[in-house]
Amino acid sequence: MMLGDFILSSKKEQKKEQIMQGALSLFAIKGFYNTTIPDIAAALKMSVGNMYNYFKSKDFLAKEIIKYISAYLGNKIKKINEQDISTEQKTKKIIELYFETALSKPEMIDYFLRIYLSNREIFLDGCEGMICVNEFVTEIMIYFEEGVKCGDLRDQDFFSAFGLFMGYLGGMVFLKGENILPKELNEYTDDISYNIYKALSA
Amino acid sequence: MHDKKLKILWLTAISCNGNAHSFLNHPNLEYFMDKFEFVYHPIIDSLYTLEDVIKKDLECDILIVDGAISPEFKKAGESIINILDKYAHKAKKIVTVGTCATFGGIFSQSGYAYTTGLHFDKENPTFLFKSLKDKTISISGCPIQPEILVDTLYAIKNELKIKLDKYLRPKEFFAYTVHNGCTRNEYFEYKVDNHIFGKKEGCMFYDHGCQAPYTNGSCNKILWNEVNSKTRAGVPCMGCTSPDFPKEGFFKTKKNMGIPQNLPIGVAKRAYLTLAGVTKAFKIKRLEEDLF
Repeated sequence: MMLGDFILSSKKEQKKEQIMQGALSLFAIKGFYNTTIPDIAAALKMSVGNMYNYFKSKDFLAKEIIKYISAYLGNKIKKINEQDISTEQKTKKIIELYFETALSKPEMIDYFLRIYLSNREIFLDGCEGMICVNEFVTEIMIYFEEGVKCGDLRDQDFFSAFGLFMGYLGGMVFLKGENILPKELNEYTDDISYNIYKALSA
Repeated sequence: MHDKKLKILWLTAISCNGNAHSFLNHPNLEYFMDKFEFVYHPIIDSLYTLEDVIKKDLECDILIVDGAISPEFKKAGESIINILDKYAHKAKKIVTVGTCATFGGIFSQSGYAYTTGLHFDKENPTFLFKSLKDKTISISGCPIQPEILVDTLYAIKNELKIKLDKYLRPKEFFAYTVHNGCTRNEYFEYKVDNHIFGKKEGCMFYDHGCQAPYTNGSCNKILWNEVNSKTRAGVPCMGCTSPDFPKEGFFKTKKNMGIPQNLPIGVAKRAYLTLAGVTKAFKIKRLEEDLF
């Protein structure tokens, strides 16, 4: 790739990211179905025609956004996985990360819980199984696998552990979103880390 | 030299004789015997007796070592180490046949002290016969494939350059994995793991302990008895050519939270999991159905 092409393509990627962030904000306010491509274009001060240069449909944008969120979280968990710390410490750091993201980028976790998991029909074609959340799931798998290998975690079926871990965190963020939680999410980190580690440990 | 029969001394150490029997299954043994002769072989008529091997100083071109060695093990009253020492220096080439002679194998769990292969104790080099390494070729396997031994002996006779791996095994046969040529490769590629013992469908890597993707060998390239291989027949590869053979739990894949502990050679865990995640997401009807 020539330098000029590289700059162009990285500029295009930056613009795509900007559009995804803009779309996420709008989805969080107006809801996924009530938000149209012209709405997103208007919010970003772009022409509708130009928007279609980046994302050819709302469904396509929806799939790219879930991949973007998965890669964002996956990269952060990868950094935790690569640290030379105990599984108990990793557990806490992953939970901290998840809650921090829910706090600083609520639209991301909201999208994952309320749009990706609740509107599977949009994601049937192109996001089969866990393809679009692969980077995130892979890092959770590595966290589990290494935990079992070093004797900290109990060996069990992946999904029974995954369900316990993600179901718990998702449930807490959902409760927060519904304004039911009396305290801030991060105030639950210690207890939840203790509970999850205790439930999964060998 | 090419027209002269090469003299082979087949020395059995701590062994079950499985390699000697496997050798007899070579499809063209009579042609082989036109070019080679056994100074001594434990189950084929040969020029001399075991007693002669020990008492006399016989000529031999190739010394075949079959079985693990231990300073405590004696053959007809003589230490195996002394017998080896006498003939190993005399021979032009040494060939270790089988995983025991190469790495210690199952007999490294025997009661004899310091039981190892000729040059390796599992994957670790040993020092006793270090000076002989340059003339040794290892053929691991439990048992060896007769074609690998015979082809190697012909290569020695024809003075061909034989490229070896780090365990002194001919790359021609051991640069491949047993996975190479397995008829179940499509099931592996698309992560279809619904294997039932005795059935032709499904991959055995995920549940049934198949070690083929991380075992070096030619079992699916050179078929056993020119007919079949373990994995083709529906039995998992047990990794019998590996330095750490035998591991435990041959029929069950060791997994941590559902992820196989041993991955295909050279494949990073993230790469494997990413690929597996993608392929597992798709249902491929043809591979879910019975073949027949």
